[in-house]
Amino acid sequence: MIRLENIHKDYGSVKANDGVNLSVRPGSIHALLGENGAGKTTLMKILSGFIAKTSGRIFVCGNEVDISSPVKALKAGIGMMYQEPMDFPQMTVLDNLMAGRPSGFFISRKKALHDLDRFSSDLGFSFNPASNPASLTLGERQQLEMIRLLSLGVKVLILDEPTTGITDLQKDVLFFSLRRLAKLGHSIILVSHKMDDVTSLCDEATVMRQGKVSGHFSRPFSSQDLLQCMFPSGGDVDIADDYQPGDPFYFLDQVTASSSRVVLKPISLNFRQGEIVGLAGLEGSGQELLLRVAAGVSHIHTGAIRIGDTPLTARSMKAYQSSGVFFVPGSRMEEGLISGLTLSDHVALCRSGHTLFTRKRAVESQTSRFIENFFIKASPHSLVDSLSGGNQQKFLLSLLPDTPRILFLENPTRGLDHDATAAIWNILKTRVRHSGSAVVFSSSELDEILQVAHRVLVFSNGELMMDRLCHDLDPHDIGQAVSGIKQTKY
Amino acid sequence: MSIKTIGRHLGLPVFHVLMILVLSLFIVSFIVLAAGVSPFTAFSLLYQGSLGSVSHLGHVMKSFFPMTLCAMGLVYTYRISLWNIGIEGQVIVGALSAMVLFRLFPEPQVPSLFFSLGIVSAFLGGMGWAMITGFLKSTCGVNEIFAGLGMNFVSQGLALWLIFGPWKRPGIASMSGTDPIADVYCLIESGPLSISGFELILVFILFIFTWILIRKSIVGLKLHASGSNPFASRLLGLQPTLSIHLALAVCGGFAGLAGLFQVSGVYHRLIPSISSNYGYLAILVVLLSGFDIRIVPIISFFFSCLLVGSIQLPMMLQIDSSLSGVVQGIVVMVYLVYMGIARHLNSRIRKPVYE
Repeated sequence: MIRLENIHKDYGSVKANDGVNLSVRPGSIHALLGENGAGKTTLMKILSGFIAKTSGRIFVCGNEVDISSPVKALKAGIGMMYQEPMDFPQMTVLDNLMAGRPSGFFISRKKALHDLDRFSSDLGFSFNPASNPASLTLGERQQLEMIRLLSLGVKVLILDEPTTGITDLQKDVLFFSLRRLAKLGHSIILVSHKMDDVTSLCDEATVMRQGKVSGHFSRPFSSQDLLQCMFPSGGDVDIADDYQPGDPFYFLDQVTASSSRVVLKPISLNFRQGEIVGLAGLEGSGQELLLRVAAGVSHIHTGAIRIGDTPLTARSMKAYQSSGVFFVPGSRMEEGLISGLTLSDHVALCRSGHTLFTRKRAVESQTSRFIENFFIKASPHSLVDSLSGGNQQKFLLSLLPDTPRILFLENPTRGLDHDATAAIWNILKTRVRHSGSAVVFSSSELDEILQVAHRVLVFSNGELMMDRLCHDLDPHDIGQAVSGIKQTKY
Repeated sequence: MSIKTIGRHLGLPVFHVLMILVLSLFIVSFIVLAAGVSPFTAFSLLYQGSLGSVSHLGHVMKSFFPMTLCAMGLVYTYRISLWNIGIEGQVIVGALSAMVLFRLFPEPQVPSLFFSLGIVSAFLGGMGWAMITGFLKSTCGVNEIFAGLGMNFVSQGLALWLIFGPWKRPGIASMSGTDPIADVYCLIESGPLSISGFELILVFILFIFTWILIRKSIVGLKLHASGSNPFASRLLGLQPTLSIHLALAVCGGFAGLAGLFQVSGVYHRLIPSISSNYGYLAILVVLLSGFDIRIVPIISFFFSCLLVGSIQLPMMLQIDSSLSGVVQGIVVMVYLVYMGIARHLNSRIRKPVYE
């Protein structure tokens, strides 16, 4: 029904999609898998008209189509359902159904009611047309969105992580409705990280990695097959040879927390001086939340955090920073740097303390030193926006104090090429060696974790599944832990 | 120095400023024509009424001082991306706070000391009023626009209650306001323009102060950073919440001083419309100046000329004096549309082409 041929999408030098080919048969449920940054969301946004492809062709039922806007995608029968439904919470269910129509002056309440009844009974949903989506659960709002898309004539339904945040019962209803739709001849594309969902529901699965298709599976397939394709580390463990850990100094005791995507189950951990710890797991499994919680950026529900004997629980981010705890976010421009300011401005902000004026020349020479020491390709007067991802990351690291006690880094090398990645790790490893700092980082690349980390923590569904030193690690165990099978501690 | 260089120094190219003015006058001309009056006559009266004589220029300056104070205050809040709509109420509360002191000590032993206390009281009044908005925003997450709007209603109600209640003139309570304040609290006007030297000097000092603080000190950079990206600012060791309070406090203080100018320099009493809408007008001034402190006095002067010049229109041409408001509104609308189109064209030109 749908065929994508040689799809490319470039963002400057970054290839989000690099010659992707994908076919989805009518009446099938097709899973699209891949780690964060693999390019699956980009691909689906191209298919649903939200972003334009750089090159490539899209065919629907054998005919080439031009999908340059969501409206054109809907006309071609393609609709996308986002994780957070795009509804109007203050309007009634029926009004929501009518408001979504792209054209036409007069509205037909009768037809909308008919559509609502028909699709609800077909798919096993139940709605009160007069209720507000604000009073519905996330699962029910998804169902409403699904009906809205179907009533617009959508034949290819794309679902982005539909089972995140809904109850098991609603998941069953969703799966029933998707199977039913497939039987009626619709094609379903399911973007997901959840192996269970994919193996129990999907007829076919395509795995993406670094913007390319890395594997295709037809029923029957197991989660191990898929994981192997997502993380093809194949056991090439490059053991970090400089592991001389000091004493434990940073402690998390029975910490729990939650974000919109995941609930972190009670976790107790400690980090040692001079240790590099990699956090692995499928996206949204709890590793990012743990980083933020441990760095004092997100709040914990219960438990305690301390550095040495100094308690940090419920203290401000400033208190964490004063204790030598620093966090570098993964989204560099959105959370790390300030758009519109130069490198010098950032240095002035970091180094100003309580003074009213900064000496321009001193700031500039310090910025130049950072640029030199961290091999940043920029001048002190360059806007941070104009820097490449790698240079932004290096600049962020340069802003950290010389001797932090522990660094929490969220995907520090995401989107960077090989050279930039190597440069970042050289800088970090030098720090660890010279100042005895600990580095805790998350990465979607298992290879990277195995190459640079001394110790690996694997998360699944908000729970710590494995805590092992890398040198006695069996890669098979990581796969097991990622898919949710608990491994023994080291 | 070429005209383009001057424009660049002013922040907005002169060509754009001229285009905006010409387009605005063009639209206003149609409106005036529709009212049956020659646009040339109307514009010439506006000019005569504002810059046509020394005494008219003096009136312009009396309007210029409080409006510029408010606009300078708003530069702080805009720097941190806050819309301080509540500035109108902060002017009123500044005036009320000064009035409290002036009424408590109608015959002060040391007038200069008590007048100085009046200045402090007005500043603190405006500041405190603004900080309520800051508190609501930082602790309860209330949007500053809604909080400020609500506070404006409260302050206006408070002024009316005082005028018609506790502070009403013996025997009468009217829209004409309270009893006049003691002469020692009224600003002395001098020179050919008959303006207050105190107002002139204070506005000048605060202009230089704001210029240095916003453009030359780390404070301006901190406000900008905290407004642009609060999360990143926290990671860089800044305190965005503190910056919000600081910006609002200074802005409210400046607005409070504008309230004092209105009481001591213009009306010499509290009247219901004590703010003369200078708070709202200052929002337009700052918007037109592109949030650039250096342009603020120029735009503020232009608006003051329009305000004062339009007073003659009803007498001479039977056009309502609200024409000045129409002109101001149209200038702002043209500015927004013009800059919007310019931005759109710019982004289209710069947009990377992938296909």
